[in-house]
Amino acid sequence: MAQVTLVEACRLAALQEMRRDPRVWVLGEDVARGGLFGQYRGFLEEFGDQRVVSTPISESTIMGAGLGAALVGTRPIIEMRIFDFVMCAMDELVNQIAKIRYMFGGQARPAVVVRMPHGIWRNSAAQHSQTLESWFTHIPGVVVAVPATPADAAGLLVAAIRSDDPVLFFDPKNLFPVKGEVAETIAPIPFGQARRMREGSDLTIVTWSATVPAVEEAAGILAARGISADVLDLRTLWPWDEASVCASVARTRRLLVVHEAVTTGGFGAEVLARVVERLGPGAVRAAGRLGQPRVPVPFAPPLEDALKPDAPKVVAAAEALLKA
Amino acid sequence: MSGDNRARLVALYGTMCRIRAFEETALAAHRAGEIPGPLHVSIGQEAVAAGVCLNLRTDDRITSNHRGHGHALAKGAGVAGMMEELFGRAGGHCRGKGGSMHIADFSVGMLGANGVVAGGIPIAVGAAQGLRMLGSSAIVCCFFGDGAINRGPFLEGLNWAALYRLPVLFVCEDNGVAAFTRAESVTAGPGVLARSEALGVPALSVDGNDAAAVDDAAARLVAEVRGGSGPRLLHAITYRLMGHTSTDPAAWRETGEVEAARSHEPLPRLRARLLAEGMPARALDAIEGDARAEMSQARGSALSAPWPDPATAWDDVQDNGAMTDDAWPFGAQETV
Repeated sequence: MAQVTLVEACRLAALQEMRRDPRVWVLGEDVARGGLFGQYRGFLEEFGDQRVVSTPISESTIMGAGLGAALVGTRPIIEMRIFDFVMCAMDELVNQIAKIRYMFGGQARPAVVVRMPHGIWRNSAAQHSQTLESWFTHIPGVVVAVPATPADAAGLLVAAIRSDDPVLFFDPKNLFPVKGEVAETIAPIPFGQARRMREGSDLTIVTWSATVPAVEEAAGILAARGISADVLDLRTLWPWDEASVCASVARTRRLLVVHEAVTTGGFGAEVLARVVERLGPGAVRAAGRLGQPRVPVPFAPPLEDALKPDAPKVVAAAEALLKA
Repeated sequence: MSGDNRARLVALYGTMCRIRAFEETALAAHRAGEIPGPLHVSIGQEAVAAGVCLNLRTDDRITSNHRGHGHALAKGAGVAGMMEELFGRAGGHCRGKGGSMHIADFSVGMLGANGVVAGGIPIAVGAAQGLRMLGSSAIVCCFFGDGAINRGPFLEGLNWAALYRLPVLFVCEDNGVAAFTRAESVTAGPGVLARSEALGVPALSVDGNDAAAVDDAAARLVAEVRGGSGPRLLHAITYRLMGHTSTDPAAWRETGEVEAARSHEPLPRLRARLLAEGMPARALDAIEGDARAEMSQARGSALSAPWPDPATAWDDVQDNGAMTDDAWPFGAQETV
């Protein structure tokens, strides 16, 4: 086991899979130079420019060409550079990739991975910091992966590359420098299985992606105050681990969902709704969501900090739930 | 004329008769209430599909648009599966999930019609890139209309294909009208040919209602594309004799416009040429009659074909997380 950063873990995972399967290739802006974050460093030298394709700034065609190449039997990794740019390729993603298997009656399997580094990122402001993963859970046909640790990012990326379903892989870009252990041979992590971060009995906290470290820190603070939180990192939002969340809430009867995305219409709403549907309203004593307010991400550090869900906000939300 | 040439013209005539018969049969079925949903027919544009696809191999791929029945037929898609798809039946190429706008037959390299204008362009260039990566000598032919050249993927896709010298033949099927709007009224500059050349994709224009001319031009361009010279664009000028959809009377056209266009229709032109070159009328009548009989039979079969089982509405969405919303997975999954 080596201690590596999250971005390096992703690099190692893609490297392993490109060595394993010659049909796997990567396309996107600057990937031959190693990618914006170094997640493809050394790939050009090893795999050549047919499999490591630096492209024009043509998001529609990066996405659509990835699909076309998948339809003839290759397995592309489509790199979007920064999540926010996928808005320029929504037709190709939503109308084409997500629909093509169904619409053509199963004739086609678009085995693509779309990598979209998302989330608030070092004062990059409103067009480089969005967290809109909930949109994509609303679209049938795709897997939505939202890892938060080097091991999970690597394992889920391996699973994504081997998946015949299109997988939307949201790299947590603010967590790229976070270090963790990654196995020498990276095994795929099945989609739809949450990771229990901490065992507890007073309340359940569900989170994913960028807010995982804040929740981890908050759970430690809560523990020091005698509050034991059962903490789950969902890791994927579709499919998502309803069973583990419901089992936890059935015990704790209190649920807090924390995500970096705007609270309104965020996936936290879906989690709460499902838990109430499954367990019945009487089974849940208190429930709440913590996300960003419905405001674009601002530039200046104090403005950004004011909106970003962090450990003190998680602690406050958890304590409020316990009083309910 | 040589026997080979005549055989080619007869093949073109046969394909065009089949496309025309398919479209007229579908239109009649739609008007009779047998086909649900929107229907875009390519009556008057048959020579483009026939002339281009005559130069393609089965393993070559095509992408098409919302007016794609002719492209699919010319590429060799099965008629029964096409007609059943239009009728929404279980035996359709897409099992009733796609309908007229989404006909695909991957078994003959037909990678799908597309409900989004220019939607097939990025897919086509990617397919060409993938084929090259896999060591295939197949090429990709991308059909789109004059309306598509005002969408971003046209610029992106042509630039991309030229940049990577991909084996793609772009075919701009220019029927002069984008849905209900004359293309010239919404298109600035000198048009598709100049745009294509400016992006480094050599292009040529052809009378798209002259099947032999389309065939000749396509033969030349396909040879160049297959030979590794990079992408080419064929601008085929044609005319849409019907409205945008089966329910659009296209009443905005000027008096006499459609009548005038009828004198340039591709089918009578090719027929006249074959007759002038000594082909007996009865032989041409037989080709046309066979096509009508084939499509009429396909309509009858489709009408009596079974509907899809409603349970199949949940099939082919995705493998991971394919559970239906009302399926209660609690207890069926391992919990952490």
